[in-house]
Amino acid sequence: MSMEIRVDRERCAGSSLCMSYLPAVFDQSDDDGKVLLRTPVPGADVAEAVKGAAARCPTGAITLHARDAQDA
Amino acid sequence: MPNEPAPVPVHTRRTRFDPADELRRLSAGGPVTRVSLAPGAGDRPLWLVTGYHEVRQVLGDQVRFSTSRFGARTPGGTSKTQRPDDGIGLLMDYDPPEHTRLRKMLTPEFTVRRMRRLRPRIEAIVTECLDAVERAGQPADLVGLFAAAVPGPVLCELIGVPRDDRDDFLRRCHAHLETGKERGERAAAGTAFTRYLAALVARQRKDPDEGFLGMLVRDHGEEFTDKELRGICVLLMLAGLDNISGMLGLGTLALLENPGQLAVVRDDPAALDRGIEELLRYLSVPHAPTPRTAVEDMTLGGKRIRAGDTLVCSIPLANRDPALIDEPDRLDLTREPGPHVAFGHGIHHCLGAALARMELRIGYAELLRRFPGLRLAIPAEDVEFRVRSTAYGVERLPVTW
Ligand code: SF4
Repeated sequence: MSMEIRVDRERCAGSSLCMSYLPAVFDQSDDDGKVLLRTPVPGADVAEAVKGAAARCPTGAITLHARDAQDA
Repeated sequence: MPNEPAPVPVHTRRTRFDPADELRRLSAGGPVTRVSLAPGAGDRPLWLVTGYHEVRQVLGDQVRFSTSRFGARTPGGTSKTQRPDDGIGLLMDYDPPEHTRLRKMLTPEFTVRRMRRLRPRIEAIVTECLDAVERAGQPADLVGLFAAAVPGPVLCELIGVPRDDRDDFLRRCHAHLETGKERGERAAAGTAFTRYLAALVARQRKDPDEGFLGMLVRDHGEEFTDKELRGICVLLMLAGLDNISGMLGLGTLALLENPGQLAVVRDDPAALDRGIEELLRYLSVPHAPTPRTAVEDMTLGGKRIRAGDTLVCSIPLANRDPALIDEPDRLDLTREPGPHVAFGHGIHHCLGAALARMELRIGYAELLRRFPGLRLAIPAEDVEFRVRSTAYGVERLPVTW
């Protein structure tokens, strides 16, 4: 079972915390300063860091969702 | 006869690097406590929020907690007094949807990539300040020459204040923001400062440059009023002077008192980045963000809060809560930094956090590189701490090297 990241760009305050914390997964748009996902389904190696980024997000804009085979 | 200085409000009291014992006692009694911040502050209900989770809950909920004293949402849905001119553009004092409108236009100007463009300028400013330290001879005051000297010019670079105007601009700004001054004196300085900002805005409207104000008028010229643009400049000065000077001064002292920790970050940029997060948490220089007003009745941290009550969130206590990190009173620059609230939380999370981090990184790294033998020139117990300010810090830091 892998994990899917969703970001709510309406909520995002553009704090740049997630992209500073985990630049391999999160980026920041030059246009509106808000979060961009480099990859919505990151590898297991960064799972802990993704959780760390979600916990740090000041507006709760990053959520994690279990993704199992049936979803495909 | 001079007036007695007002007592220091309870939520700003500290003992060296730690929250004062009386604050510890308050927070030991529960995450939310009814207080009177200063004697004579009246008996309207005032709550000090000291628990990490409760602070995040309050700051993260702009629906049930308002930051605005003007045009605010009140229980009856009616709006209060109109915002005065000198409150226009001060984002921390706006609720959605006005906050959303302004913040949305400002956010793209403060991205990590935009801030990186300022790096060479910040490096040059830090170098100039450290040159001045060297020239001053030993012992030199690191606060006057470095910690308090760096942030002003950095903000001038950001805003786009021409080099020749910088000293005048900063002098007027300090006089304008100075809280200890006589009312009349402050009003005069305020007028001069406002007039300068008005001219700067007018120049940028006519001939926008690549700086922050230039970009704002280029992209959103019609959407901002002149008063808003001026207010946003004041906001940047309010947020970026004392907080940075506090962190640079107090952080340097913390490093000098912990040579083992200093050695960890001295020549290792990645370790310094991590260490800065721990310093931000441990030192928590901003005492509290803008007070919140409860919009409805609720229970918070076991206490019954009524609509209209005021809540002050203690940043130092939230960041020293074991709910955030194990052994919160230990400074450990090597540990994984916890999700601290030194930059706030929620929609008002510090707009300039990326700039602040870069400024601190360049400041500490250059200071330590340039003066490898840096040490305090006075006994540690003689260091005076800055208590009457929106951000905690040290008054003076005499050093030798
Ligand atoms: S941490 Fe949250 S608010 Fe900050 S940029 Fe990322 S998604 Fe946006």
